[in-house]
Amino acid sequence: MSPFIKKALTDIRLNRFLNLVTIFTISLSILVVSVFMLFFENAGRVIEAWNQGGRAMIYLKDNFTMDMLPELKDRINSLGNIQGLVFISKDEALDRLKKEISSSSAFLKTLQGNPLPDALEIQMTSYNSLEEVEAFAEKIKRIEIVDDVEYGQGWLGKFLKIFNLFKITGYAMCGLFFLVALFITSNTVRLAFYSRKLEVEVMRLVGATETFIKAPFYVEGLLQGFIGGVLGLAILLITYLMFSSGMTQGLSSYIYFDVRFLSIKTMGLIIFGSTFLGWFGCYLSLKQILR
Amino acid sequence: MGNITNSDMNPEIKKNSIIRLFNVSKRYNGKFALKDINLDIEPGEFIFISGPSGAGKSTLLKVLYLAEKVSEGQILIDGMNLARISSSRLPLLRRRFGMVFQDFKLIPNRTVYENVALVLEAAGEKPDYIRKKVMQVLRTTEMDKKAKALPPTLSGGEQQRVAVARALVGEPSIILADEPTGSLDAKSAQAVLDFIMEYHKKGATVLVASHNLHLLESSVRGRNIEITEGTIKRTATML
Ligand SMILES: Nc1ncnc2c1ncn2[C@@H]1O[C@H](COP(=O)(O)OP(=O)(O)OP(=O)(O)O)[C@@H](O)[C@H]1O
Ligand SMILES: [Mg+2]
Repeated sequence: MSPFIKKALTDIRLNRFLNLVTIFTISLSILVVSVFMLFFENAGRVIEAWNQGGRAMIYLKDNFTMDMLPELKDRINSLGNIQGLVFISKDEALDRLKKEISSSSAFLKTLQGNPLPDALEIQMTSYNSLEEVEAFAEKIKRIEIVDDVEYGQGWLGKFLKIFNLFKITGYAMCGLFFLVALFITSNTVRLAFYSRKLEVEVMRLVGATETFIKAPFYVEGLLQGFIGGVLGLAILLITYLMFSSGMTQGLSSYIYFDVRFLSIKTMGLIIFGSTFLGWFGCYLSLKQILR
Repeated sequence: MGNITNSDMNPEIKKNSIIRLFNVSKRYNGKFALKDINLDIEPGEFIFISGPSGAGKSTLLKVLYLAEKVSEGQILIDGMNLARISSSRLPLLRRRFGMVFQDFKLIPNRTVYENVALVLEAAGEKPDYIRKKVMQVLRTTEMDKKAKALPPTLSGGEQQRVAVARALVGEPSIILADEPTGSLDAKSAQAVLDFIMEYHKKGATVLVASHNLHLLESSVRGRNIEITEGTIKRTATML
């Protein structure tokens, strides 16, 4: 084991209380951050699932005739991002409707003629955001014969707006907790430094380089960040496991998507982030203390 | 390295000096702690710095290893001008010195062993060598049985010996001992001095600051520099 790591472990042991408080603060912050991450990851996945396929319906005006179809197809295709394009005539649409609703339905019997429009069902290939889909729909709408385009903008858009609001709140909270953890960490390092003032002085006098003097503090900061991060995630995981095992009997029948735990990548990112936090807190306070 | 050639002007200053002070003054808040000190020390010399309390003995040692900066004058250590030493090379300078501090400066929550080993760790020595060397020095200072003890649990004399062990462990070419027998009884004082003398015999330059003139009687061959109120009052060759 590197002498610096050994030294840092001894120091953590000597300053038990201070280090416990710091690690606890970091893990709490990481917990808050990872709860948000958990929410975002799952919500993101759900939205993606709902959005999957990128289906849109293009409703055509009454004066549409079949000989217009090839030209219309060409125009839509030229706008790009189209994977599939299927024409559904008003008669087909009515047939489908009849199949879906029981044919004996009184509602259909009272129907005079066919009120449904001709339509094109399109499948978009690549789109990243709702904005892109929106822009694309706008372009299609500008074609004269097109009456309207429907792509679930109503509820999905609203949901996305709420989701984005959550996201902003989440980022703000994460940032706030990051700052709090950073403040606590840098203060711990400062206190640790002052509690070892004599040691630092002696090290300098016997010819230790600044790197040698600082290294244990950095190792300590990194360890605190790392342990704090792992602890925070562990608390979340335990809570998650407790909830999800209870949910399979109770809630799962109401919630039709499963809440998945954070991906390995996100967990790695969180632990990396908290380790960085420990390092950065150390860097800040040492920069302030030493010259 | 040394580019000050006062030796041409002053034939008394020898070329191979390990420590040279030119008109060195140190002021604290305008008050002189050292005033116009000129000193020339050869390698392997034993220098005894005496003088009353507050004379400037500790200050003289402190300016040598740059714990304090001089207010005026120049200091050359082995030809290196202390005024020009960069902060990155300061640790290298300090590793040439073994210091016994007047207040020991032992780290209270580190064991005797750790306190002594720190010097070698700071110098980047290998763990095997550190273990061997630290135990060897602790044996010569008769502190090997207390290697695991914490300094506050030791008697004054034992702490003093740890301080000496720490000064010697890095095999420095210069020993600066500030009141190394400070609060010790005659027997312990003699023992501590013997450790230093033993090391001196191997060729190290030694500067001992003390107001305890009895130490001089201990068959030391060297120079006694007596300072009062920051100036050298008298220099005498002993024995
Ligand atoms: N850090 C400091 N700030 C202000 N004055 C100081 C400082 N260090 C020393 N002095 C003053 O410089 C003078 C010389 O002090 P120094 O410690 O060198 O004396 P000394 O000869 O070692 O005395 P002693 O035998 O008591 O150890 C004293 O008057 C002291 O008050
Ligand atoms: Mg003194």
